[in-house]
Amino acid sequence: MRAPEKSRFSWRALFHDPVQLFGVASFVLLMVLAIAPLKDHFSEWRRYQKQYLQMIRNRRDAVTLMRRFQPGIHQIWIPNAGVVDRCETCHLGLQQASLGDVKTEPFGKHPPIPHQLTEFGCVVCHRGQGAATTVAGAHDSTKAPNEPLLPARYMEASCGQCHHAPLMGTPILNQGRVLLAGYGCLRCHTVKLPDGSTMTATDDPPPLTHIAEKTSREWIYAWLKNPQSWSATATMPNFLLSDAEARDISAFLIADSAPMPENGASPAPAQAVQPADLPAAQVTAGQALYGESFCASCHAMQNEAGNVVGGDLAPELTGIGSKVKPEWLKSWLSDPHVYDPGTLMPHFRWTSQQLTSLMDFLESQTNSGFTANVHLDPATPEQIAHGRQLVNEYGCAECHEIRGVSKTDNFAPDLSRIGSKPLAQIVFVAGMAHTLPAYLSAKIQHPREFGPGLRMPQYTFTPAQVDALTTALLALTDRSFTMPRQWQVALPKPSNYRPAGRAGELMADLNCQTCHRINGNGGDMAPDLSAEGSSVQRQWLYHFLKDPNTIRPTLIRRMPKFNLSNRERTILTDYIMTVYQIPQVDRDSMPESGYPPALVEQGKELFYSKYDCQSCHMVNPNTDQGYVGPVLTSVGSRLNAAWIYAWLKDPQALRPGTIDPNRNMSDADARALTAFLMAQKGSGKEANQ
Amino acid sequence: MTRYVPVMGMLALTILAGCSHHAKPAPALHASAYGSALAVSSGDKQLGTPGAPLPQPLVIEVNDDQGNGVQGALVKFSGPAGVSFNPAAALSDSNGEVSTNVTVGDSSGRYTVEVITTDKKGKEIPLQVNELAAGYQEMLGYEVQKKYCSRCHDPNSTPEQVSNYGNLAVAPHPFDRGNTFNKLSDADLASIISHGGPAMNLSALMPDYGSTLSKADIRAVIAYIRLVSNPPFQAPGMVYATR
Repeated sequence: MRAPEKSRFSWRALFHDPVQLFGVASFVLLMVLAIAPLKDHFSEWRRYQKQYLQMIRNRRDAVTLMRRFQPGIHQIWIPNAGVVDRCETCHLGLQQASLGDVKTEPFGKHPPIPHQLTEFGCVVCHRGQGAATTVAGAHDSTKAPNEPLLPARYMEASCGQCHHAPLMGTPILNQGRVLLAGYGCLRCHTVKLPDGSTMTATDDPPPLTHIAEKTSREWIYAWLKNPQSWSATATMPNFLLSDAEARDISAFLIADSAPMPENGASPAPAQAVQPADLPAAQVTAGQALYGESFCASCHAMQNEAGNVVGGDLAPELTGIGSKVKPEWLKSWLSDPHVYDPGTLMPHFRWTSQQLTSLMDFLESQTNSGFTANVHLDPATPEQIAHGRQLVNEYGCAECHEIRGVSKTDNFAPDLSRIGSKPLAQIVFVAGMAHTLPAYLSAKIQHPREFGPGLRMPQYTFTPAQVDALTTALLALTDRSFTMPRQWQVALPKPSNYRPAGRAGELMADLNCQTCHRINGNGGDMAPDLSAEGSSVQRQWLYHFLKDPNTIRPTLIRRMPKFNLSNRERTILTDYIMTVYQIPQVDRDSMPESGYPPALVEQGKELFYSKYDCQSCHMVNPNTDQGYVGPVLTSVGSRLNAAWIYAWLKDPQALRPGTIDPNRNMSDADARALTAFLMAQKGSGKEANQ
Repeated sequence: MTRYVPVMGMLALTILAGCSHHAKPAPALHASAYGSALAVSSGDKQLGTPGAPLPQPLVIEVNDDQGNGVQGALVKFSGPAGVSFNPAAALSDSNGEVSTNVTVGDSSGRYTVEVITTDKKGKEIPLQVNELAAGYQEMLGYEVQKKYCSRCHDPNSTPEQVSNYGNLAVAPHPFDRGNTFNKLSDADLASIISHGGPAMNLSALMPDYGSTLSKADIRAVIAYIRLVSNPPFQAPGMVYATR
């Protein structure tokens, strides 16, 4: 029907008349010109702005909000950070304090954060395409799929782009970083930070140089097959080895093991004892010693009720009697440094009687089922050679010290910028969401599913731990390297402080820094000792080292008794009192006793009535009940007066982060309270408690 | 044209069928028993991360008139936009319990979850459960109060942290006590935290933290108190002078 019509139409006829031609051309031009404003008029963001105006019209603060509203595209431009964010074109309520109750997006107020929107923009934290003015273009990033919006559950990753030290408000990110450093990830993967430093591992894998002295090949085999079946909290992941692989690696490790170095302290080989033969009294004594030595501060063990109780700083000891050889255990308990010079375990100076009872207790803890089904024929040279090859392939030496196998750099991919990994470079497993967080999360949970020949081991993380690790990895972005330098909050420089001299040797032997931090280096289980010399009285410290007892009765982790000799205690006391002083406190500026009774009485009044210290502290154990801070019954025999005075004036200046509040005391009040506290000498018995 | 009608009709039907099939829950659950009351067993008022599953599952108990658990009752979960459940509907087990993993929405705040089962007559029995999502400020507040406040304000005692709650002559208020805290404005709370209990004629056992905590930390603790308060805190909103 249309064909004849078309044949009647003639271009020549149309352009024959110049006036007609001009008319047609003008009309076409007009149409083309009209498209641009029309497109603009019907744009998505104008629709949102109209909706916003409708929403605020019915609110009580409509007039204020209307006055603040400006039509058009809004833009945050931060040239040195490469930020051009037009998000506020639609997200109109972000900076309106009164819209906190609005739940309809995109008009809600931004939840409170420590930064200004105008200072950092939006995409620095939320990712997405800031310059886009359509929802799909900004959020889903159809045009640049590598930078979609970051899901809310991983939001803390954004803080981690600049803040490399732990922040109080980002527990998930902090946990992720602790896991990254504590589960061996950083032993194979390199993570470089924008300030040029490298993240370092904090785990403590044992050396395997003398492994044959410690345990049997059967135990190694069963452990290699599944470390978590020995201890659910084992740090070592499961390498999903075949029976033959575990057989050959165990063969190699035993064959490669060297005898332990001779040491004066190492005792003669003990008789192998059967658990049934162990005298019950010895076992009970050993169990008591296990408790008294606070082994449970670091080691966990299953108790009679079946609960695994104890710390996670050192291996779980459930079934230890089926793991280690008696001779090794004796040598280890006598001096752990002989087997592992870098161990975190202190050298306890147990008497030979204590040693025997502790050994008996530990050997009575058996788990014979672990190796019950392991039957290995003697290793052949081929198996040993294959074992060595496997040890190289699986990167065992990245964590463990193994004779003749060296650590290689860049064993696994560098993760410094994993949080910006382009999706085009990722091979996804069928059925999973094509996003970076989904990939990272799946890779942490099932690393071997991403292709054949992959060597990354299988971890047993909880869902919360997977989220935390994903968050920590998503913080490692390209943007973190290209952002303005002044935005970066670097980690404090790591300290490798070690005490010097004879005291230093002694403190290394006792591994004080496993629990105590000194000058920035050490653990956080026990108080920081950097200012100990300014804080305590010499006599108290000397006594405490002999018979350490807690000053905080509610703590379950306490300092163990090391059986130090008088000479060792003198060395330690002298060193701590001399070296660990801070300039804010002059020890000799205030006397230890002799304060006027009136001043003491005034201090007592202040203690109980003005500052109500008894809510957290105890001076009179019969009436006071405060259990938050240290017990102060004999504080006058423990601390020196100048320290107490300085502490009362500003506790955080002496120990940053202490929860004792700064009460803004006047000098007179602080002096009176110091007098009162210094009068609390306790009885001789209490001083030792 | 007319001969295309059946074809197009078929096509439309197919599409419709496809859609309706998609909308159905995967396995149809049929209640074999009916309860008469719902109760929270565990997992309510959890503090979670926006957009993430809560740390513990939400466990709901279906009971009969005598208060015994009912097995085989159908329980359905629903919530505001952004909240998801795995599973969204389930039959109660032999203890009469139904467990689901709740993922809260992307913004911080309180999420009210609706739990529904039906009794023998087909009447709906509803139960409302609150879950909490902590944004940056509330999470900071949680961490700050955990370090500085919870030893006295949290009555729960654990071996790791022995509570000082019972040792005080005047007992502190646990932070979820909405009836107390909702009556106090943000400024009043800030004043108590900064200047101690006596600032508002309250117990002197509450010390002043104004020189210890930053203003941002104090604001964060208040935000946390507002989030966990039970009954929920209603912000007063803007107050304008009226003619």
